[in-house]
Amino acid sequence: MKAFLILEDGTVFEGIHIGAHREIISEIVFNTSMAGYLEVLTDPSYAGQAVCMTYPLIGNYGICREDMESFRPWPDGFIVRELSRIPSNFRSDLSIQQFMEENNVPGIAGIDTRALTKILREKGTMNGMITTGADFSMEEILPKLKAYTTGQVVEKVSCKEKYTVRPSRSPGENGPLSGAARFDRKAYERGEREARPTLVRELNGAGLQVALLDLGAKDNIAHSLAERGCEVTIYPCFTSAEEIIASRPDGIMLSNGPGDPKECTRMIREIRKLYDTEIPVFAICLGHQLMALATGADTYKMKYGHRGGNHPVKDLMTGRVYISSQNHGYVVDTDKLDPKVAVPAFVNVNDGTNEGLAYTGKNIFTVQYHPEACPGPQDSRYLFDRFIRMMKNPTVKGGQSHA
Amino acid sequence: MPKNPNVKRVMVIGSGPIVIGQAAEFDYAGTQACRSLKEEGVEVILVNSNPATIMTDRDIADKVYIEPLDVKVLEQIIEKEKPDSILPTLGGQAGLNLGMELEESGFLASHGVKLLGTTAATIRNAEGRQEFKDLMERIGEPCAASRVVETVEEGVEFTNSIGYPVVLRPAYTLGGSGGGIAGNQAELEEILENGLRLSRVGQVLVERCIAGWKEIEYEVMRDSAGNCITVCNMENIDPVGVHTGDSIVVAPSQTLSDKEYQMLRTSALNIINELQITGGCNVQFALHPTSFEYCVIEVNPRVSRSSALASKATGYPIAKVAAKIALGYTLDEIRNAITQKTYAGFEPALDYCVVKIPRLPFDKFITAKRTLTTQMKATGEVMSICDNFEGALMKAIRSLEQHVDCLLGYDFGDLSAEELKAKMKVVDDRRIWMIAEAIRRGISYEEIHAITLIDMWFIDKIAILVEMEEALKTQELTPQLLKEAKRIEFPDNVIARLTGRSEAEIKALRKENGIRAVYKMVDTCAAEFAASTPYYYSVYGGTCEASGSAYGGDTGNCRRKVLVLGSGPIRIGQGIEFDYCSVHATWAFSKAGYETIIINNNPETVSTDFDIADKLYFEPLTPEDVESVVEIEKPDGAVVQFGGQTAIKLTESLMKMGVPILGTKAEDVDAAEDRELFDKILEETGIPRAAGGTVYTAEEAKAVANRLGYPVLVRPSYVLGGQGMQIAISDREIEEFMEIINRIAQDHPILVDKYLQGKEIEVDAVCDGTDILIPGIMEHIERTGVHSGDSISVYPAHTIGKLVKDKIAEYTKRLAKALHVKGLINIQFIAIGEDVYVIEVNPRSSRTVPYISKVTGIPIVDLATEVILGKTIRELGYTPGLQPEAAYYAIKMPVFSFEKIRGAEISLGPEMKSTGECLGIAKEFHEALYKAFLGAGVNLPRHKNMIITVKDADKGEAIEIGRRFAKLGYTIYATRSTAAALNEAGVKARKVNKISQESPTVMDLILGHRIDLVIDTPTQGRDKSRDGFLIRRTAIETGVNCLTSLDTARALVTSLENAGKGLTLVDVARL
Repeated sequence: MKAFLILEDGTVFEGIHIGAHREIISEIVFNTSMAGYLEVLTDPSYAGQAVCMTYPLIGNYGICREDMESFRPWPDGFIVRELSRIPSNFRSDLSIQQFMEENNVPGIAGIDTRALTKILREKGTMNGMITTGADFSMEEILPKLKAYTTGQVVEKVSCKEKYTVRPSRSPGENGPLSGAARFDRKAYERGEREARPTLVRELNGAGLQVALLDLGAKDNIAHSLAERGCEVTIYPCFTSAEEIIASRPDGIMLSNGPGDPKECTRMIREIRKLYDTEIPVFAICLGHQLMALATGADTYKMKYGHRGGNHPVKDLMTGRVYISSQNHGYVVDTDKLDPKVAVPAFVNVNDGTNEGLAYTGKNIFTVQYHPEACPGPQDSRYLFDRFIRMMKNPTVKGGQSHA
Repeated sequence: MPKNPNVKRVMVIGSGPIVIGQAAEFDYAGTQACRSLKEEGVEVILVNSNPATIMTDRDIADKVYIEPLDVKVLEQIIEKEKPDSILPTLGGQAGLNLGMELEESGFLASHGVKLLGTTAATIRNAEGRQEFKDLMERIGEPCAASRVVETVEEGVEFTNSIGYPVVLRPAYTLGGSGGGIAGNQAELEEILENGLRLSRVGQVLVERCIAGWKEIEYEVMRDSAGNCITVCNMENIDPVGVHTGDSIVVAPSQTLSDKEYQMLRTSALNIINELQITGGCNVQFALHPTSFEYCVIEVNPRVSRSSALASKATGYPIAKVAAKIALGYTLDEIRNAITQKTYAGFEPALDYCVVKIPRLPFDKFITAKRTLTTQMKATGEVMSICDNFEGALMKAIRSLEQHVDCLLGYDFGDLSAEELKAKMKVVDDRRIWMIAEAIRRGISYEEIHAITLIDMWFIDKIAILVEMEEALKTQELTPQLLKEAKRIEFPDNVIARLTGRSEAEIKALRKENGIRAVYKMVDTCAAEFAASTPYYYSVYGGTCEASGSAYGGDTGNCRRKVLVLGSGPIRIGQGIEFDYCSVHATWAFSKAGYETIIINNNPETVSTDFDIADKLYFEPLTPEDVESVVEIEKPDGAVVQFGGQTAIKLTESLMKMGVPILGTKAEDVDAAEDRELFDKILEETGIPRAAGGTVYTAEEAKAVANRLGYPVLVRPSYVLGGQGMQIAISDREIEEFMEIINRIAQDHPILVDKYLQGKEIEVDAVCDGTDILIPGIMEHIERTGVHSGDSISVYPAHTIGKLVKDKIAEYTKRLAKALHVKGLINIQFIAIGEDVYVIEVNPRSSRTVPYISKVTGIPIVDLATEVILGKTIRELGYTPGLQPEAAYYAIKMPVFSFEKIRGAEISLGPEMKSTGECLGIAKEFHEALYKAFLGAGVNLPRHKNMIITVKDADKGEAIEIGRRFAKLGYTIYATRSTAAALNEAGVKARKVNKISQESPTVMDLILGHRIDLVIDTPTQGRDKSRDGFLIRRTAIETGVNCLTSLDTARALVTSLENAGKGLTLVDVARL
């Protein structure tokens, strides 16, 4: 069946309908990751957006449910050049087509995704509609497209009740250490599939309690802490600062999440209270932006954002460059940063935008990108260890001394 | 970190002659790196024995030594030039080994020379089998259970403990020479014995067989500050067991989830960090197909064939960046040359799919086994880019130029299902065609996968192509179906064949429905940033990013546009020389103010580097693909005379498209190939040639042969490298050859000529329509009958007199003028006494152009380009005619890769077999000859034992040669009749038994590894004697020099007689 993608600027792409039968209006963004479409689909930060994958061949390895970063896919729609006819991977549970239908995600395939990407690059992120109705009227649609905003999506994606992720008690619980996996023919023939390998070699976080404020968290954030031995309690986004502080955590994590950070006024207020304590804080993505807003800084919307797994980030403390996993459309305005509050700690090598802050005199550091990876490079996982060191030794003032 | 100010003079070691496993990719990498160093104000001293390369041009380096890549020679150059550092990681395994030898002997330290980039300790850790294994164990990166052994017994014992099959990999060899998989003890002993000998350090790794696992490679960069990135990953369609150089490879990986992709990426980064590599590095993994279990197969701490492929697949210039890193820069300081906005410290994002297919030489070595193993056999490769895998595969198939344009190209229709399955088990170069046939027969994906272990995803893609064949055959050709067929890159001629229509009809139907190729950019970033120097690939569907005007140029673009057609994959007969010519022509056009456009599909070459032409189209070189580019670009002219036969073959099509051919006209090219037209020209110009005739059938051929009298030369017209050319001595042989030639459909007649025996002379010249310029005359050491590309070539011709030279110059002039040549012409002559006959005329560039340009200092391609553009030779400042001879002898020595191709006949004949060449240059003839042999790896003597076995007709000459070897202290072994002849003439020879006789036989002698040299002349014509064949193969496979021409043997003994006098160095840049 034919499908159409109609953009705010009047561009129409004709393709083939995929996934659920549903018409959607959403913000259209592109992601340049070459693998990891499932992690993209299940990243809550994409709530309120429709994602276009720039890599043209999607669905090749099917859907491995254990790789999901949350319990369901969040994008309003999925835009691809081509969906693989068959999935091929030993862990694949179902095809991407089945997955999209099962989860009511509509999409469009067979369009020139590169042309779409160039439009978004040149004109900036814009809204669009995916529809199967060929008899659309532009006059009717365009005002609707212009009117669309992602709104307060954090509430939509955050968990509704707090829950706890049990820490690993021994390294063996994390699955085989990467490189140590051994194929077990008998188990495979019984239908058992291997657990994902881990990169964690020691439980350096054992005994630590972390409170994770779920603004749309990817599972691997909690998992990254738990596999290091931390007990992680995940709080819904509407949780008061008082409740978190009262639980006396060793550290607080603010997660990633969707939408315009400035819409999260209530959360910003609560985060300000967290800032005022001495509890170490590590924040990612939206959490990073909210901490900045809570402490007097500003954010702005980027022309077309950073979404992919190939962005170089420089850690200003070490001078080292890491390739990072990214997904953000807003960024902290470093021009309006008060160095008495926070200084840039990470910078994007490509465009010089801010990628992280160190809070002056505080045990707080925050990053714009995704050390939890999934999808994308695992290079920045060392930041979880930095956070653990900070929690273990919180008396030292200033995040920068915790290298 | 900024540039290291102490690095001012850098010696770069090239990779030497092109051999299987070490080809044009190192010219590409070396050229890019040298330019990158010069850009930084560093003085570059280049050493490379290969004259056919761009990197040995005087513009590329400051000092150019085309000298043998021998440690003594390098020491001499270091003493003379006093570099402060050397960069050994750009010259392949050959360059790296030499760098290591210089370092380990303490020579570098004692001369204050530093190894740039990766350190010696790192190289030892990465290359030494045991060191590498220990290091991997230490950081928890798994290697397959293995042990380094130094004796056969040790190997057997270890294998018994881990179980068969095992893989054997000799240390410090290239292209996996001497390696293999052993399934039992007998195989183990055989391969191990050989491998131990071929290894520079006498070590072989015996390893648990991981055949059948997914083979995945990562190209990694690291700078001295420890920043690491992966440029791209690649997945071999053929699982572990086939050398990656012989595998069909796709980039990026297609069947890995993010978990597997990142697991291996992180592992690659861990490894490069632990090894502390500074520069580029390739890490190969085997990944279990149904598990997260993986093994590190190997690490190459240098640029490689894979890095060249990765560079072209992503647009990330690995060698250029590696050179900058070697100077001290960090990745975040180096600009991304494609975007000019971002930095080298990022990872390319692809929004397309890349397929590489190896070009295997089985069309040349028809007796060779087509089986693919861990020992590389491919001479070259093609790459294609598309937005879908099926399309990329189809484009790559037709880029191969093997008369195959779809998955129906090889017919397995006569095999039963069982036979087909049995055949699929053995990997050869036609396996994807077999899989296609299996799908046509309804054999299930599961069964095909069980047999081939190729991932189901790839099998499904092949099935999609097979389904399209079926649809085209059985369904009505609707615009919708045509659109889909074009999306997956079915060429018009295949669609025409399958639908029973004409190609013109298909084209018309496409036009009617607006189905046309559009071009997308390779920009390193999946369109995230604007690109300033992108290159293009075609897809069907979507918007076109190529505009037809100069990209990023002025709006008032009025430059004239020229289309330069490349030469496709490197194969025997059409090598790197043609890339050299294409690149120089492009530069010359550019200098003359033209906008230049290159179409080529070879990822290994300089011509497909992103900044050579104004625009690069990475496309197959078929008429349809070229026409699609022409429709967009509308060039003012095309030049075909530099791209070898590949480009020449496109002449007619280009003319039909209305593109003017610049330089020599197509009809004149035809006149040189067309027997009757050419005979007429010869008659008019009064130039004699061997009598002959044009035939189509075996009957006609026999009639001509009998009229001329045997022996005769039989060859197809319009081929390069003497493909299919044979000397026939009987009717029976004519029948046999005609059958072989006609196996491939012939549009052109077959030529039968009287075989004349004399001195073979070769000339390259530039003609402006009035005057000609002959830079020099080359003479072949081997008599006629040996293909010119396989002959030792001497400049200046040293055994012919002035009269003959003048005659040759005069004939050249007459021919060039009669053929209205504008540009280059190459002519081969035979000189018999004072008579000169013409053998063949090629009004185009030739294999000898780079060589003769370099040794005479006359830039022939540049001149030819200027002439094509209307300048005269006089205007260019040259006096027409034969140029004065240089003060140097320059000898071009062919280099063969016979040891890589099991079952290939090594004896020289009219069909070309060499893969590369090297140069020996010196004031004295003998020294030049010695250098040429040394450069080709003929490094005698070790044991001073040799074997001579020649046919009766050669006995007289063999005696004279034997006497000279004996005088040098050689012990001569000979088979019965040769020994008798030698002894009778007073040359002491020990008789050895033939293979069929009782031990010790000649084979035992060779296998005993005490022999330096075998001289074996095969009986006339096609050698049927299994004895001779076996002797030659055994010699080659055990690393013993084997000569099949007495002329070559005479040259060798001459060079040895004059060896040991010390070598003089020649800076070619100052000639």
